[in-house]
Amino acid sequence: MPIEDFQRQTGWLLKPEGACRAGVCIPLPPLQATVDVGVLAERLGMGVVHDERHGLWALGPSTVSGRALESADAPDFALPDFDGRPFRFGSLRGRKVVLVAWASW
Amino acid sequence: MWQELRAELHDDGLEVVTVALDAAGPEAARPWIERARPEHPALIDEHHRLDELFGIVNVPSGVWVDEAGVIVRPPEPAFAARPHWDEGIDGDATEYQRRTLALEEQLLVEDEKYVAAVRDWARHGADSRYVLGPDEVMARSRPRGRAGSEAAAHFELGAHLQRQGHAADAVGHFRAAHRLQPENWTYKCQAWSFVDPHLGPSAEYDTDWAGEVERTGVEAYYPPLDM
Repeated sequence: MPIEDFQRQTGWLLKPEGACRAGVCIPLPPLQATVDVGVLAERLGMGVVHDERHGLWALGPSTVSGRALESADAPDFALPDFDGRPFRFGSLRGRKVVLVAWASW
Repeated sequence: MWQELRAELHDDGLEVVTVALDAAGPEAARPWIERARPEHPALIDEHHRLDELFGIVNVPSGVWVDEAGVIVRPPEPAFAARPHWDEGIDGDATEYQRRTLALEEQLLVEDEKYVAAVRDWARHGADSRYVLGPDEVMARSRPRGRAGSEAAAHFELGAHLQRQGHAADAVGHFRAAHRLQPENWTYKCQAWSFVDPHLGPSAEYDTDWAGEVERTGVEAYYPPLDM
């Protein structure tokens, strides 16, 4: 997988010192232009799931902290609003934010 | 509900972001959004990424993030008002719907307590007694091991296949997610909703909402606020 894709999809930045996110860095083998997802998933404790019929793979979140949160720093993310426009959560820095998950089901 | 509280506290520096965990896409939640007319960001999360990112396992859940982007309260039940559980239940309700309603009425809903805490935080910021330090936030963050990570990956594949029109092939991935992270209600309810709008018994799943709530107890569904 290209490094850029891995970084964008997982939020982990691949640096010379390793895979880094929220102030935590996990050492890695020397970087190439592409990354071996199997090796990264192992180091970061990510579940890897395969759907043979549809030729799909999915990577779960890392589990290096043993908790759902990596640290108390809020992870940044972007999700679309109801008109399909992307909204970046980190753009609210400077305000107190109550993030509320709900559902229609 | 959130719109009113947001309007009240916006001048105190508070923003609300609501995120609909709806793998069926924006159309499923749009009627609620059009009724609420929020001025705050109202987002849609088709893969339940908030579960992965924050450890959310049920809705409604609230997370507090301060001005510096630091979590000061991890996920917990977050009601802005008491829900009308009986909305849509009429004389034609099935036995399953009546059983569901009876359970819903037993669920712990601490809307007044939660709203009072949000008001206190909006006005007092870091000095609010409801603000937790980073160590306490991590201590309260839900434990996650490899199984929880695999559950998220299965859920993502299930949601993807469902959206691509492969509903039958999604079922196996949803079932795997349920097995690997049984405490995650958003994975369960979402999957049940695709085969029955009332989250009732189905041929696809050997679990349903009322059966699972009875098995785990209502306290497991909405635990008491620790504040």
